[in-house]
Amino acid sequence: MRFQDITQSIGNTPLVGLPRMSPDGYEIYLKLEGANPTGSIKDRVALSLITDAEERGLLGEGARILEPTSGNTGIALAAICRQRGYHLTCVMPSNTSEERRQLLTLYGAEIIDSPAAQGSNGSVRMAQELAAADPDVFMPFQYGNPANPRAHEDGTAAEIIADLPDLAAFVAGLGTGGTVTGAGRRLKAHNPDVKVYAAEPQYGDLVYGLRNLDEGYVPEVLDASVLDSRIKVDSRKALAATRQLASREGIFAGVSTGASLAVAIRVCGRLPEGSKIVAISPDGGWKYLSTGAYDTGDVDDLSEDLENTLWA
Amino acid sequence: MASVRIPTVLRKHTNGESRLAADGGTVGEVFDRLVIEHPGLGETLFDQGSLRGFINVYVEDEDIRYLDGLSTSVDGNDEIAIMPAVAGGA
Repeated sequence: MRFQDITQSIGNTPLVGLPRMSPDGYEIYLKLEGANPTGSIKDRVALSLITDAEERGLLGEGARILEPTSGNTGIALAAICRQRGYHLTCVMPSNTSEERRQLLTLYGAEIIDSPAAQGSNGSVRMAQELAAADPDVFMPFQYGNPANPRAHEDGTAAEIIADLPDLAAFVAGLGTGGTVTGAGRRLKAHNPDVKVYAAEPQYGDLVYGLRNLDEGYVPEVLDASVLDSRIKVDSRKALAATRQLASREGIFAGVSTGASLAVAIRVCGRLPEGSKIVAISPDGGWKYLSTGAYDTGDVDDLSEDLENTLWA
Repeated sequence: MASVRIPTVLRKHTNGESRLAADGGTVGEVFDRLVIEHPGLGETLFDQGSLRGFINVYVEDEDIRYLDGLSTSVDGNDEIAIMPAVAGGA
């Protein structure tokens, strides 16, 4: 495969079966988005956000871009911004892992910390305030921009349909809601019987430490009507599945992958025998090594220690 | 009795308790009992009888909006979890 530049190599990721972890009578496949150039599914989203803004004439030469992110979207945007000469600033919760900061810095992005205790809600709020006060800055805003789900409608889901047209169910994590919304729509247009499940991380208490509930946040891009169910996964279950994936299938993935895989295994029981299920692996485990998630030790103890940093 | 997980932001209404227990055949019935003892909870969870938009409720990890809402039935040992809606990592 030859590409003229790095952005052209985004997408067309491997869809890999899990013969050892699939429950008897079912076939679970993982779409390994860690194979994208900056190592996550967010390369698709970042390219879609930037291309859309360029087509609408919103990005001039040397434009400044600002985005709330916990890491992957920022890293993906930073790489594209480098390549196209834009200047990127990321607003990120202060408890995100060191690897993400190193990568962003390497790609020349600036980082503004938002309080750890406010989680991603805090980053969203701070980025919106900063953007409102600075009319020259462009905020793609992945939580509210239709170009985000479109990347999954045109890319992620189209690839799945080509590789596994008879899939029965699709599982992806809930962050912005872009993956379940975009891919879910396309998959249901392909076959209305396809079930779409969202795996929702149960963050540590710290992330839910909002001052009051009016500061809650439902991303605008999430179309909840596409979902057949929304299932929460705690740190322990997600971490256990992530570690089994390495030890049983030889796949080293991030913790969100474990969350979606745990949901894929759970929903098998409600699908006809012989069903094929696709779960999204949004990234590999590399950026989380420093959190201790992969250290030897007891999963229960580890997940308790890591509850507040694992998903950040 | 069903056990109910209370998020940090609501613990000011439950004397700091992170977990409560109450009888009831449905989520709504369990909540009705809790609200008698902890009236502050009621105002925060409900707006004119329906769950507020920024509140998600799960029975055994499944969002009740995709089950039968407040009429979702609960068994004796089920866990009901209340969680505020938050922006996910991305």
